[in-house]
Amino acid sequence: MGEAFALALGLVLSGDPDLAEIVLLSLRVSLTATILACLIGLPIGALVAIGRFRGRGTVLIVMNALMGLPPVVVGLLVYLHLSRSGPLGFLGLLYTPTAMIIAQTILIAPIVAALSRQVLEDLHSEYAEQFRSLCLTRWQTVQALLWDARYSLLTVGLAGFGRAVAEVGAVIIVGGNIDHLTRVMTTAIALETSKGDLALALALGIILLVIALGVNAAVQSVRMTAARQAYV
Amino acid sequence: MSDAMAMSTANAAAGAQRSPILPLSVRDLVLRFGDAAVLDGVSFDLGTSGCTMIMGPNGSGKSLLLKLLHGLMQPTEGQILWGRHAAADVTARQALVFQKPVLLRRSVAANIDFVLQARGKDRARRDALLDHVGLAHKADQPARLLSGGEAQRLALARALATDPEVMFLDEPTASLDPASVLAIERIVSEARDRGVRILFVTHDMGQSRRMADDVVFLHRGRVAEHSPAAEFFPEPRCAAAREHLNGGIVV
Ligand SMILES: Nc1ncnc2c1ncn2[C@@H]1O[C@H](COP(=O)(O)OP(=O)(O)O)[C@@H](O)[C@H]1O
Ligand SMILES: [Mg+2]
Repeated sequence: MGEAFALALGLVLSGDPDLAEIVLLSLRVSLTATILACLIGLPIGALVAIGRFRGRGTVLIVMNALMGLPPVVVGLLVYLHLSRSGPLGFLGLLYTPTAMIIAQTILIAPIVAALSRQVLEDLHSEYAEQFRSLCLTRWQTVQALLWDARYSLLTVGLAGFGRAVAEVGAVIIVGGNIDHLTRVMTTAIALETSKGDLALALALGIILLVIALGVNAAVQSVRMTAARQAYV
Repeated sequence: MSDAMAMSTANAAAGAQRSPILPLSVRDLVLRFGDAAVLDGVSFDLGTSGCTMIMGPNGSGKSLLLKLLHGLMQPTEGQILWGRHAAADVTARQALVFQKPVLLRRSVAANIDFVLQARGKDRARRDALLDHVGLAHKADQPARLLSGGEAQRLALARALATDPEVMFLDEPTASLDPASVLAIERIVSEARDRGVRILFVTHDMGQSRRMADDVVFLHRGRVAEHSPAAEFFPEPRCAAAREHLNGGIVV
């Protein structure tokens, strides 16, 4: 065990190319999925936050329920669509990073939508009367809310990224954990552990941990700076 | 300051082509929540210029009256006519300064920029507006770290940025120190002198004396008295206002 740990540290410090490839693919897939999920989830969250339309209550329930989507189920559904015989099989996306991005986006878009809805609705209840007095359009209202909630929304994005980068069930189904193609940190850790190669698994585990903690710490410090200016 | 003034004058000229929103006529205004009538037959008329102080005990419906007049709420019954317009149609030609200013999570300057841009006004007026309310030196500071008096002055600058023809103030100086109170009264008086019609809610008799051209006293959901300042302060006609003036407790 101690030996495995020493080997792992060696791998990390030597900048092993295979290791780097896996880490970079992980980051590329999860960051892209986070950005896409924000592009989809933020407008939906904003719409539901300030909109007063019929069926809003139902949308809220569905949105919150979707937050708890089990990754393997999402993986399975995406697999069924992208497989040769599936409706989108002709795109040839199965077992590619794109398929993994799609699965993670589906997984975290509801999280971004539901959390941002809460953030924006709270802010809107503070601003609504002042904004109506200023006769702002709906679009101006949404823009102002998104900007003024920017630091809270950063945390929302982080929650999405955290879930994406740590997720294994969906990406292993649609990505297939193919070496040099779709192998990411979590799938590699699962595989190497089952093969008994604890050094590589541990090395990846350390990096995953550092990324998760590092991103969290960075966002926290940005938020604290913002809080000192009362911008949160 | 001269820039801001020039713009307001230009805007007033443009406004002259629009149908005027003064005088104001309020008839038999009723506002009910369930069975409870907060306003129960409020009627009064206001002329085209000056500063009207709206007074009355806590819970007499002063804040709600302002929101009705500003078109932010609909009355249960009754009629509000700004010139020939309904309240909801002239909100953009008025500004409301709330008791507790709601400031954006941005710098002082950005709070003004936002309104100038949203309302299609000249962004170059920002510095003059900040200078006018004595906040030029705070332009780059976070708005929500301002003191109570500074925050309210920023809210006033933001209101003035929209070139309002009517400005509502809802106890803007409650819980401020005397220097801040006077600074805000000076800004409001200058707006009044430039022709902005002021409707000012206050609890403070001294403030009312300093600012009033006329006084509307609300009591038990009605206008208990509406008199010119020269008549109201020496001897209010209604008993509730007399007690209020003498520092008594009015229920
Ligand atoms: N949404 C509401 N539902 C029920 N009662 C309300 C509501 N808003 C205000 N009120 C009541 O109306 C009364 C007048 O409120 P307000 O206009 O704020 O009084 P003032 O500004 O004169 O102190 C208060 O008694 C308040 O409790
Ligand atoms: Mg009030």
